[in-house]
Amino acid sequence: MANLKIKFCDVGFENPTVLASGILGVTASSLKKVVKDGAGGVTTKSIWLEEHKGHSNPTMLGTENYFINAVGLSDAGIEKASAETFPEYLDGKSPPGRDLRPAPIIASIVASSIDDFGELAEKIEKCGPDIVEVNISCPNVEDEFGKPFACVADDAVAVTKLVKGKISSVPVIVKLSPNVESIGEIAKACADAGADGFCAVNTYGPGMVIDVDMRMPVLKNKVGGVSGPGIKPLAVKAVYDVFKATGLPIIGTGGVLSGEDAIEMMMAGARLVGMGTMVYYRGSEGFGEVVREMDEWCEKNGVKNIEEIIGIIK
Amino acid sequence: MNIKTFDSRPVALPIKKIVKENETTNTYVFEYFLGSKPGQFVMMWIPGVDEKPFSVAFDDGNEFWLTICNVGGSTAELFKMKEGDKVGIRGPFGTAYEFADGDHLALVAGGYGAAPMYNVASEAVKKDCKVEFMVGARNKDLLLYTHKVLGLGSNVNLHISTDDGSAGFKGYITQVLEDLLKKEKIDKVFTCGPEVMMQAVGGVANAQGVDCYLSMEKYMKCGIGVCGQCAIDDTGVLACKDGPVMNYADVKDLPEFGKYHRDSVGKKKHFN
Ligand SMILES: Cc1cc2nc3c(=O)[nH]c(=O)nc-3n(C[C@H](O)[C@H](O)[C@H](O)COP(=O)(O)OP(=O)(O)OC[C@H]3O[C@@H](n4cnc5c(N)ncnc54)[C@H](O)[C@@H]3O)c2cc1C
Ligand SMILES: Cc1cc2nc3c(=O)[nH]c(=O)nc-3n(C[C@H](O)[C@H](O)[C@H](O)COP(=O)(O)O)c2cc1C
Ligand code: FES
Repeated sequence: MANLKIKFCDVGFENPTVLASGILGVTASSLKKVVKDGAGGVTTKSIWLEEHKGHSNPTMLGTENYFINAVGLSDAGIEKASAETFPEYLDGKSPPGRDLRPAPIIASIVASSIDDFGELAEKIEKCGPDIVEVNISCPNVEDEFGKPFACVADDAVAVTKLVKGKISSVPVIVKLSPNVESIGEIAKACADAGADGFCAVNTYGPGMVIDVDMRMPVLKNKVGGVSGPGIKPLAVKAVYDVFKATGLPIIGTGGVLSGEDAIEMMMAGARLVGMGTMVYYRGSEGFGEVVREMDEWCEKNGVKNIEEIIGIIK
Repeated sequence: MNIKTFDSRPVALPIKKIVKENETTNTYVFEYFLGSKPGQFVMMWIPGVDEKPFSVAFDDGNEFWLTICNVGGSTAELFKMKEGDKVGIRGPFGTAYEFADGDHLALVAGGYGAAPMYNVASEAVKKDCKVEFMVGARNKDLLLYTHKVLGLGSNVNLHISTDDGSAGFKGYITQVLEDLLKKEKIDKVFTCGPEVMMQAVGGVANAQGVDCYLSMEKYMKCGIGVCGQCAIDDTGVLACKDGPVMNYADVKDLPEFGKYHRDSVGKKKHFN
């Protein structure tokens, strides 16, 4: 058994796999199930200050090569998260007959104005997450809110400064958009503004899938963010760029489906590996399987401690 | 579905026929090889409107049916559509009602639950099963599928109850079930209908020592185990993937069973 334990901004993870935001993250029961299935940590669905409806269906679809979604960040708001999701997740009680390891919970927060992020930050810190992830990079609400903050360096810096100014007890990481000219430059600007680390990347695009028989886009929102296997080489390069530019801890996310994919992400500079779309292909049991595959790779390649491979690509 | 694994794009299908079942319920017929098992569901995309889950009411490999109740939102838009108009279908998804050749089955239906129960019955008679088809409604105008059930032949007995006594037994269908289970040896009870009704049915069946399988209808957004909208407290199992058909014994003690479901943003809605 290789040592797969990871410290990320001083938070301990049993293994490097993390559930990405927006997948199986609506309730505490669901997050606990993902931990039971093997994830080292989990991220909540992005939480708003108020309830947010999101888009109507169809909101997602997949093929062998890619996945696309325009859920539109539906969420019940911070009140439900603080009354229900966090207390139930953190009570440590496992569902009957289940052996639940403790696993860090990352709170993803989202807002449509920079000011809202301040109020949300104060409220989310009180919920007791292990890490706060600031989602400024969702590409499928552009019609509602315009270009994501993560696509404009000044906005990204303003949000980072504001949230960092409010939250002192836990690390704050910024979820970056790959849909920019230089993700390294944006990351560097956020790092200078105080970000403790990053989640890279959110979905690509937006893209569009047309049903040729219907002669209309399948997604109700017409366009959506692209994830899954097709984006992996792009995401690996994005993580490589962010690591080069900042050296800060990164949750490398995008198209990871297997243990070898996860190793690849770590070689590019990721300390943790986020997986969302993997669940479509392998179910949440996929977390345990990916961890086993990572361990097998380490055994075969004489890697005793997974830390050894982080960022080895120069 | 005859599409590549991992392809969850909808297939555009024209509505071949629309059959009016009662004031608020239509059956939509599609000519297509769906390859579903009774109890499974599809996601139906009503173009420009929404996409919602519906149980398969019949599937013989040539055509399949969906029996849909107009509850006012996107179903109201569907009810404006005509034969020949196209909808998108993804699926079939989820678990099925499983039975063995020659089983003696009691199928207990409430509301549009009669449709998926009919699907079980139509498959079960092909496997020499004996079927007790039990359907309850508030009054006789709301009874669904009773004529179709009578057409399934002599291996199917129809039992009806109405709250007002306008047809069959006056009272709840659970009473009819209990009487039957005390008299006859039933191998399995299958039920589909409002959650609180299924809870009562499961209770009656288990008290008589009979296994009961039901259909968990939780708010479903993706139908493919990704969004987490349908996760059930407190085990986190997914109604769309680990269900909808589940063993009553496995769900009866779950804190949300018979008590609440969630809406499109994940807020609890208590049954009243
Ligand atoms: C596995 C499964 C099988 C179903 N089979 C049938 C069937 O065979 N026939 C039938 O008439 N109905 C069936 N339903 C219910 C059907 O999906 C809803 O009636 C329909 O989605 C309502 O759409 P609406 O926009 O008209 O209603 P709305 O006005 O949006 O809502 C009315 C009510 O419908 C329910 N509902 C709405 N959206 C969903 C959703 N995405 N998932 C689950 N419930 C929802 C909620 O309880 C809501 O309160 C099934 C549901 C599930 C989960
Ligand atoms: C259905 C779906 C919903 C998502 N919702 C969110 C969200 O609420 N917040 C967020 O930051 N990212 C969201 N994402 C993006 C993922 O967290 C992830 O960054 C992206 O999908 C790339 O990783 P993957 O290829 O492993 O899925 C969502 C992705 C999908 C597929
Ligand atoms: S409906 Fe999305 S996980 Fe079940």
